[in-house]
Amino acid sequence: MQAIGPNPFLFIGAVLFVCGVVCMTTKRNGIGVLMGVELVLNGANLNFITFSRFTPLGLDGQVFSLFVIVLAAAEAAVALAIALNFYNNHLTIDVDRGDDLHG
Amino acid sequence: MSTAEFILFWLFAALTCGGAIAVCVSQNVVRMAFSLVLTLGSTAVLFLLLGADFVGATQLLVYVGGTLVLIVFGVMLTATGPFTRIKSSAADGILSGLIGVVFLFIVASTVTSVDWDGGEGVAHKIAFGTHGKAVESGFNPTQQGNTTRQLGLSFLSLRPDRDLNLGAQPASSKVPNTAPVVPGAPATGMPGVTSPSEPKLSTGYLLPFEIVSVHLLVVLVGAAYLARTKRRTKS
Repeated sequence: MQAIGPNPFLFIGAVLFVCGVVCMTTKRNGIGVLMGVELVLNGANLNFITFSRFTPLGLDGQVFSLFVIVLAAAEAAVALAIALNFYNNHLTIDVDRGDDLHG
Repeated sequence: MSTAEFILFWLFAALTCGGAIAVCVSQNVVRMAFSLVLTLGSTAVLFLLLGADFVGATQLLVYVGGTLVLIVFGVMLTATGPFTRIKSSAADGILSGLIGVVFLFIVASTVTSVDWDGGEGVAHKIAFGTHGKAVESGFNPTQQGNTTRQLGLSFLSLRPDRDLNLGAQPASSKVPNTAPVVPGAPATGMPGVTSPSEPKLSTGYLLPFEIVSVHLLVVLVGAAYLARTKRRTKS
């Protein structure tokens, strides 16, 4: 019945996750780090929806992905407020310049 | 799955992966934001193709309409002049690309080597054992993708998608019970001991829903407080 199994969706989720992790670790722009976090959360969401479709996880996967979306929105709001504060204090968004606690 | 859905799947899969790689590769933060819009919108289309229409619509509304607008505002408020491009060195880029490819190979080979939808797989035995309802490929057929009512009821701790067929299809008539009944244990109120004569109601998500709503209120207050603190520039 299904020509496309869960494996292509899981592969796309893996691509999103790896791109998000690479983006988080290599970007020096603070907003870029936030975008990497969003990519990771979307990879996890795609896995949840895939398992809710192809395995007996059922509706629970969709409920969990809704919670993930809401928490990602909250995280983005707080992290952007922190980034704006960082920009106000340091006059740059480069996260390598945030070394005030370095001693 | 018809050919139109097939073409749509591969088109939006390519858009998703290409957008994610473009977010990684690009150094300009404005282009990264645009690639992220592309990626998240394509992911919403993939959700719709998987039969999750409410989650796909929520992804479009909350992510593409809310979170990304917030991020674009952050880019606008912070990317002034020379800070639009903050370059990292080429050696770092090559190294991170290599590590990313190796990591992707590990994750993808691990995930795709599992037989998720095997006919006699573990997942189906779990389904027979806990719900007593044979779930062939997900809880919903493809032509009937309306999940809004079931999602709303599950947030009110009502689970009609699981509990309605408990009496109609007892678990012991299809397959042998995977969870053996302990002889000395009391039959009522014990988790894991389910008999067809006393069906247990599934639990919903009322308490997490309330926690998330309070959490959103706290986050809004905290974000407003953080964003409006006194400007302290040291030059």
